[in-house]
Amino acid sequence: MSNTILDMRDINKIYLMGEEESHVLKDVTLTIERGEFVAILGPSGSGKTTLMNIIGCLDTPTSGAYFLNNREVSGLDEGELAAVRSKDIGFIFQSFQLLARLNALKNVELPLIYGGLSPHKRHAIAETTLTRVGLQDKLYHFPNQLSGGQQQRVAIARALANNPTILLADEPTGALDQHTGRQVLALFHELNDEGHTIIMITHDISIAKKAGRIVEILDGRLSCRERDIYV
Amino acid sequence: MFRESFVMSLQNIRGNKMRSFLTMLGIIIGVTAIIALITIVTGVTNEVTSRFTELGAGKINVRANGTVLKRGITESDMQKLSQIENIAGVSPNVSLTLPVSNGGTLTDDVIIEGRSDIYFRNNDVIAAGRPLSPVDMDPHSRVCVINAEAAREFFLQQNPLGGRLVIGGLNYTVVGVLKDSDNDVMSQMNRMMNSAGKINIVIPYKAALRMTGMGNITSLELYMTDTGQSEETMRQIEMVLDQAFNFKDNSYSLINLDSLLDTMNTITSMMTTMLAGIAAIALLVGGIGIMNMMLVSVTERTTEIGLRKALGAKPSIIQTQFLMESVVLSLLGGLIGILLGNLISYVVAYLIGFTFVMSVDAVAIGFFFSAGIGVLFGWAPANKASRLNPIDALRSM
Repeated sequence: MSNTILDMRDINKIYLMGEEESHVLKDVTLTIERGEFVAILGPSGSGKTTLMNIIGCLDTPTSGAYFLNNREVSGLDEGELAAVRSKDIGFIFQSFQLLARLNALKNVELPLIYGGLSPHKRHAIAETTLTRVGLQDKLYHFPNQLSGGQQQRVAIARALANNPTILLADEPTGALDQHTGRQVLALFHELNDEGHTIIMITHDISIAKKAGRIVEILDGRLSCRERDIYV
Repeated sequence: MFRESFVMSLQNIRGNKMRSFLTMLGIIIGVTAIIALITIVTGVTNEVTSRFTELGAGKINVRANGTVLKRGITESDMQKLSQIENIAGVSPNVSLTLPVSNGGTLTDDVIIEGRSDIYFRNNDVIAAGRPLSPVDMDPHSRVCVINAEAAREFFLQQNPLGGRLVIGGLNYTVVGVLKDSDNDVMSQMNRMMNSAGKINIVIPYKAALRMTGMGNITSLELYMTDTGQSEETMRQIEMVLDQAFNFKDNSYSLINLDSLLDTMNTITSMMTTMLAGIAAIALLVGGIGIMNMMLVSVTERTTEIGLRKALGAKPSIIQTQFLMESVVLSLLGGLIGILLGNLISYVVAYLIGFTFVMSVDAVAIGFFFSAGIGVLFGWAPANKASRLNPIDALRSM
């Protein structure tokens, strides 16, 4: 069995803005192996967010083929994409995106609800994952009772909860100070060492350098960099 | 998933207590109005109908004061009335107050009713003995029928049948005992007008007429065969009486309880329809309120919806959640309305004095109406939420 879990071939994304066509992604071809830690680096307007949306199955390409976990996902409808997101993708957002009304435990349980798990199992898994990210004594804290770093850890725990194929992080350190950002990156490394595949979108080369491989995107085109660049 | 949606909707309603309550207010008012209206109107109608039926359905009461030249109704007028097609019987009613004794004690001011055999044929009032018969309709016949109270008063523990009473100085033989009941107009009237006068003695109307010293009858009961034709029958009665009194105004009056009841039913059903219309408008306004709150809620929670979608929530799940929220909100309002409506009905029933019966129909209508409004007015906002693009939704953070 192949170790490739993400395989994109000639992905194009064209937005129609009124009369004008905006060609955001141009013939993007990308493969990612299981257990990799990849940074997608690009300035704003380069198309990296669009690429992330397509990788995360929030959006579909205009043309091209996208295999996630050996399954063609480019032609799926909204409901099917939701199922793929539930099973294969763990999102981590720049601004954490925790629900303020729910405590840490309930926030982590959210994707498990959509995964169809029983309340008992949800609770157990949420507790384990929060413990994994070092928040075992903050289970019942609400987001506003947690620091930024802690909130991002809750978000990471939430992304991990469904044991997804890919952890997809969008500027995960963007809203954190340098010190806390380094801690989060360290956590990413630990998770990567445990076998999790991580894709991190960033505009910051110093952050990207912490990844195992950097893929640079400029004006909708990919240029691959060498894997050993960060050592 | 259903359970989660329910829990989430409760959380959200609790999170916005004031707003949720204000939104529910429209539904609460609408459902309260519907429940209270149906229950109160039904209760009052039932009460009035049963009172009227007790007083006598199929009866027409005639009061004839007559004219200066002709006081009251004569035997020949009665004859003409009894020949009207739908009239099964004509029963004259003479009422007078006389002293009565059993030979020993004398009781003053006893109400004596003069009746004919036709009264007894059309009213089941005899408990023991026999009713007055056509043979008794002779001015010299001295028999009477008494009620249980009179039997106690004049005969103590003894059997009153065959006993003698002196009524207005004349000897009468008791031939029958009346049932204790409110089932006719006279005994009810007696009760209302004469607190001590539970004693009731019925003698042949001709004998009574002789004692009043008047030749004519001023009060009649007419019995109809078919109550459905009461209007036509009333018209014919009026024709006969108009002729009898030479078309003089105010010489007589007719009371038909059936037509009165019909009129009343028409009025109550019209009132119910009108008020139900008002309640429906309240519910409509309530529904619009719910829709408004749900639309605001969807806009407020755009990011949350995007996040939930990113975490794997299918559009149908988002739709279920929002629909559930509006249904729960509306049903909660409906339940409060049902409670409040019944409470108001209960208090009103107590104050007016009719029997409070919780109307299952009304509760069912209130329940399903509020649930329906939740679905109806929650549909558009829920649909809007489910169709939000997760990318746009997440970007609006």
